[in-house]
Amino acid sequence: MTAETKTAPHPGKGRRKGRRTERGRQPSAQSLRDVAAILEGETPDRHLLLEYLHRIQDRHHGISAQHIAALAHHMRLSMAEIYEVASFYAHLDVHREDEEAPPPLTVRICDSLSCAMAGAEQLFADVAGAAGAEVRVVRAPCMGRCDTAPVAEVGRNHIGGATALAVRTAIEAGDTAARAPVRTAAIDSAYAEFDACAGGQRRAGQVMETVGAAGLRGLGGAGFPAARKWQFVLAEPKPRVLAVNADEGEPGTFKDRHYLETEPRRVLEGALIAAWAIEAEDIYFYLRDEYPHVHDTLRKEIAALEASGRALPRITLRRGAGAYICGEESAMLESMEGNRPLPRHRPPFPAQVGLFGRPTLAHNVETLYWIPHILANGPDWFTDQGTNGCKGPRSYSVSGRVRDPGVKLAPAGITVRDLIDQYCGGMQDGHTFAAYLPGGASGGILPASLGDVPLDFGTLEPHGAFIGSAAVIVLSDQDDMRDAALNLMRFFADESCGQCTPCRVGTEKAVTLMQDGAWDTALLRDLGQTMRDASICGLGQAAPNVFDTLMRYFPEAVR
Amino acid sequence: MSVTFTLDGRSVEAADGETIWQAAARHGVAIPHLCYSPAPGYRADGNCRACMVEIDGERTLAASCIRQPTEGMAVHSASDRAATAQRGVMELLVADQPPRAQAYDKDSLFWRMADACGTTTSRYPAGLRPNPDTSHPAMTVRLDACIHCGLCVRACREVQVNDVIAMAHRGPHSQIVFDVGDAMGASTCVGCGECVQACPTGALAPANDALLETIDRDVDSVCPYCGVGCQLTYHVKDDALVYVSGRDGPANQGRLCVKGRFGFDYVSHPQRLKTPLIRKDGVAKSLHPDVDPSNPSSHFREATWEEALEVAAKGLRDIRDTKGGAGLAGFGSAKGSNEEAYLFQKMVRAGFGTNNVDHCTRLCHASSVAALMETIGSGAVTAPFAEVKNTEVIVVIGSNTSVNHPVAATFFKNAVKNGTELIVLDPRGEALGRHATHMVQFKPGTDVALLNAIMHVIVEEDLVDHNYIAGYTDGFAALRDHLKAFSPEAMAEVCGVPPDTLREIARIYGRARSAMIFWGMGISQHIHGTDNARCLISLALMCGQIGRPGTGLHPLRGQNNVQGASDVGLIPMFYPDYTHVEDEAVRARFESLWNAKLDPKNGLTVVEITDAIHDGVIEGMYIMGENPAMSDPNLNHTRAALAKLKHLVVQDIFLTETACYADVILPASAFPEKNGTFTNTDRRVQLGRLALPLPGDARQDLWIIQEVARRLGLDWHYAHPRDVFAEMRACMPSIKGITWERLERESAVTYPCDDEQHAGHEVIFGDGFPTPSKRGRFVPAAIIPPDEPTDPDYPFVLSTGRLLEHWHTGAMTRRADVLDDLEPEAHAHLAPNDVEALGLEGGQRVRLATRRGAIELAVRIDSGVPEGMVFMPFCYAEAAANLLTNPALDPFGKIPEFKFCAVKVEPIPAD
Repeated sequence: MTAETKTAPHPGKGRRKGRRTERGRQPSAQSLRDVAAILEGETPDRHLLLEYLHRIQDRHHGISAQHIAALAHHMRLSMAEIYEVASFYAHLDVHREDEEAPPPLTVRICDSLSCAMAGAEQLFADVAGAAGAEVRVVRAPCMGRCDTAPVAEVGRNHIGGATALAVRTAIEAGDTAARAPVRTAAIDSAYAEFDACAGGQRRAGQVMETVGAAGLRGLGGAGFPAARKWQFVLAEPKPRVLAVNADEGEPGTFKDRHYLETEPRRVLEGALIAAWAIEAEDIYFYLRDEYPHVHDTLRKEIAALEASGRALPRITLRRGAGAYICGEESAMLESMEGNRPLPRHRPPFPAQVGLFGRPTLAHNVETLYWIPHILANGPDWFTDQGTNGCKGPRSYSVSGRVRDPGVKLAPAGITVRDLIDQYCGGMQDGHTFAAYLPGGASGGILPASLGDVPLDFGTLEPHGAFIGSAAVIVLSDQDDMRDAALNLMRFFADESCGQCTPCRVGTEKAVTLMQDGAWDTALLRDLGQTMRDASICGLGQAAPNVFDTLMRYFPEAVR
Repeated sequence: MSVTFTLDGRSVEAADGETIWQAAARHGVAIPHLCYSPAPGYRADGNCRACMVEIDGERTLAASCIRQPTEGMAVHSASDRAATAQRGVMELLVADQPPRAQAYDKDSLFWRMADACGTTTSRYPAGLRPNPDTSHPAMTVRLDACIHCGLCVRACREVQVNDVIAMAHRGPHSQIVFDVGDAMGASTCVGCGECVQACPTGALAPANDALLETIDRDVDSVCPYCGVGCQLTYHVKDDALVYVSGRDGPANQGRLCVKGRFGFDYVSHPQRLKTPLIRKDGVAKSLHPDVDPSNPSSHFREATWEEALEVAAKGLRDIRDTKGGAGLAGFGSAKGSNEEAYLFQKMVRAGFGTNNVDHCTRLCHASSVAALMETIGSGAVTAPFAEVKNTEVIVVIGSNTSVNHPVAATFFKNAVKNGTELIVLDPRGEALGRHATHMVQFKPGTDVALLNAIMHVIVEEDLVDHNYIAGYTDGFAALRDHLKAFSPEAMAEVCGVPPDTLREIARIYGRARSAMIFWGMGISQHIHGTDNARCLISLALMCGQIGRPGTGLHPLRGQNNVQGASDVGLIPMFYPDYTHVEDEAVRARFESLWNAKLDPKNGLTVVEITDAIHDGVIEGMYIMGENPAMSDPNLNHTRAALAKLKHLVVQDIFLTETACYADVILPASAFPEKNGTFTNTDRRVQLGRLALPLPGDARQDLWIIQEVARRLGLDWHYAHPRDVFAEMRACMPSIKGITWERLERESAVTYPCDDEQHAGHEVIFGDGFPTPSKRGRFVPAAIIPPDEPTDPDYPFVLSTGRLLEHWHTGAMTRRADVLDDLEPEAHAHLAPNDVEALGLEGGQRVRLATRRGAIELAVRIDSGVPEGMVFMPFCYAEAAANLLTNPALDPFGKIPEFKFCAVKVEPIPAD
């Protein structure tokens, strides 16, 4: 009845055994359970991919390839769709089967400019040398605490003025939780201005006029007139979104952290007023992952708002994962949509096609901070605070070789010399003012001889620099300009999203060229031209400021 | 609305939606480009920045490939600033490329663009060079030539939607990866090669360094494998195929799958038949195929064509002249051309004097065609699969589309990304299910219960299209009454689908403004296959989902020319164009046309012929391009019949398992060695063009058929396939408007076609059906369970099917190096829990046994297989699945129940 065909000839080569399973990595039962656990019974939402990856990273100190396979299964995505997102961010550690999982504790040593000037390299060597196998010590970019350089992060615990001893002590004590900030509740808001708007005592048109009259501009660096942006968004159909850009990442900038720590309610109030003015149904708050203490604070404040009985838009708090480019408005939107955070092409602009395709108004934290103040005190109160022909106040984040670094609320248009002398207690002992960054890594390096230029939008451009987020880093005669420039360019190469040729390749080539004894200035100039003219976003367009200003103002340093 | 703007000082008009780059190209202005591909399906990404242009009034330059002009815009593509930027970008990219003399694609777009920019050297220092990945048998990955243009990402994620490739990490560390940074050969990559075709530098290239060869000629042709009918180009050097690229045809738009792109070398396999063979005297035909195709001299001797043709014809003549035509039968090929199939059935009818002519449609969509003919008077699809771009809802049932019609599936996935809803119904989970809003795994063999329940809901909730039913159908009242007993609650247990899910699906289909139904072997290969198809047809009729854009019924045709072979009458009950054999007027017409007396009775079908051989009725057969010794059900029975034949002539390109039983073997032409027309699943007639000479003394199939026919007394003088096509046109109204010359010019024409200028009707039956009443019929279906249910002795359901890499009986693909390497061994697929319960591990050998036969093979753990089922492909001769399968037939379509029989699974202890 039955017949065996053990020895039937066949045309195949019989070269080897076939696969025991379906093609590719199969998720194990354990990894499927792990992922089911972090999904907490929710139906997975494609846009929350980064949130899910955080949950896995937080619980397992890393994301294994198995986790990715299991998450893909639960989310009905492919592994590549998840890996491309996870691998972008510095705070997510993906490890394959042939790779080691990170140890439970990671110590990050900031090595951006202010911390480098304060001895980060030595700190790194000391800490790494003393750390055991259960601790991973890595370099990290600016953590927004340049006023307390050098900075180390032990787990989620940020230590300012870090020493190797302080770090070791924290490690041994298991002191790894985020530290709550010192709040000055007395100066914070009680939402009176927003209540007046929502209660009908103000009309949106009036508020927009007031904000327009105050000349409030985007204080994240773009300087775009705020009220005009509101008008653009209002011209688009609903539903509309307000996105708060709290991804402050420009080296030398920490003003947003300052306001979020000391007056979070006022920032939220500004967001509520802006959202009210443009009739937004949603507020999305994108907070950089380097501010975990602020995350805790905001969660509580948002919950308190939601429990307060007010009619509110939906407020969603989202967490970055260690990528400077997410400070770029459209990259931030991509990040919130669960994609690789690559800046979008324009047109269309976010005001027309923004988050989830909806018209979106994006604002910096400090810009929102000023809105309730402006409504309370009037537009003239705001504009009158300028000096040297400039309008309004400016929160300068000052760090480097000054005696008193920190956030300095000063008139816009102040010069760096006045900032140093009147707000920062002068230069540190033994340091003579030699150079400064007026606007973080992207704003260029200017010599002390240009220390009397007013610091504001439009005043520095003729000198090949700009104010950006007003991140002022002061350098002295003890600092090597080439080292500083190289530090900044390495930052850009690390943070480039990689989407376009001029920036992806240009930043890397710039780092190589800037390591030469004598710079090939002609080639760097050509490179700068290509990057300025052909990069998709501001990162690539502004990075050449580093070497262009160095070549222009410190030519002897690069010979 | 078009837009007028100035380009380099010249006023030009851009069409609606055109980018600056596209408008410029149309006006003869070539702006450099790398990451932009004008091929269909590729969105512009604007990342390489080689296409920068200057726009008056804008601070920064713009990427012309991604920017649409506005009215009055002034664009400068070659100004100093634009040209400097373009060259600056090229110089950065050139820096990191391997030296030009070592490029992986000697004709790459990259170096052509570098030449166009005048930037072929770089002042920049080179970066790190990543290592090559040679893990995949078909493709080499050398990312030292990668320019991060992302075309491969778009190829994999947006065009073919296999979702394997990504750009991982960031900045200068950005890297093309597969899955989670795995080697390509270990990843979920299915080998479609779209990425290779898209890559502008050769970083992703065919593994044999094909892109470095100097090609002698490019020949535009069609793929020989499945019914999708992808157009391709053969690249030939020294009369051998070097590589294959996808061509922009109406079915595939430039896409191919792993078989079409990388599975072409079977043509030059050493086992190609090159001389006629005659069975040696005294060598008996054993039941088991035991001839070594590399050395058949144990059983066969070489012969001249004269001798072989005479021996072949004489054997057939002798039986014809003693027993009559009823003693003979012929199997034509669904892989051969229309011309070959037409002549074959003509030879059997006019030369043998019988209608015992059939082909593998019998094992495929015979039940679907029977149901379609019965209900709407036409067995062909009512809309091409490309129509999914216009549909709201796609229903796929009993088809593992991404495996068996891979390129068609890519268009389903594209539609889903565009918002179309996809419902997949199959006992097995499948790759397409990840993209579906509903992946419903119902119990095998319960399609009628499932579909009747869905129709019950549609009727009950009044989602039917009353106007359509009134205007275009008959028999709705009877069906409505019949469906009353098939509530979701009553059917849930039967088909294993919860009532709420049944209702949900019914509502989605019932409420859709447009919907299409695609089906495959899961529907047709059952003893109730015709009933299954009747239900699908009823579903579409009651909702009026036929004849409008985005609507239709589409049985996905398997073989590259099964539609054509059926159309030209390679079927026992039909003459060309489905005219009935037993209709006197029809027969008279063909007797006149063919100048021969013709058999007035229907012939026997494939499985019936096997039984007839056993009964002693049929003693001689002529089998061309078919392999029943592997493809028929219950192989022991089939092979015994083949061995029993007094006289068997086999015409093929390889010494197949069937040829082992032959008395005469005639070496024939492979697909790239002939000219012919081939009809795909969409009703598109396409031209296959000759690209290679024949090997050894192999001959054209057409010539061989004619030579045999002459020796049977038929006075044929077809000099060229176009002569046959002309005769076909004389008796086939279906191909009106299509001439050989038109096909040479246009490569493809869709029928029905009004005239030679008409492009052809894609969506048909918008104003009625080709039935006497012009109406479609509802035919209710009762539940008929599968023929051989499981029981304690044979507790598993055996379902057979195919693999992506292998084609049907494996005759071609197991001789294609890449395909055989990807799937070198037979496996039985079982669910993970079943493998564990049996105490097995993946890779361990098991014995599968049914009441008909037993085989031994390895186990593969497959999470798509439901518990209680064993799935296996029928392509491995060393573990021939059809030794196990059940020959019970659907009464209307006469198709065997390949999808369901009872099997037992026993571990084999490791030695």
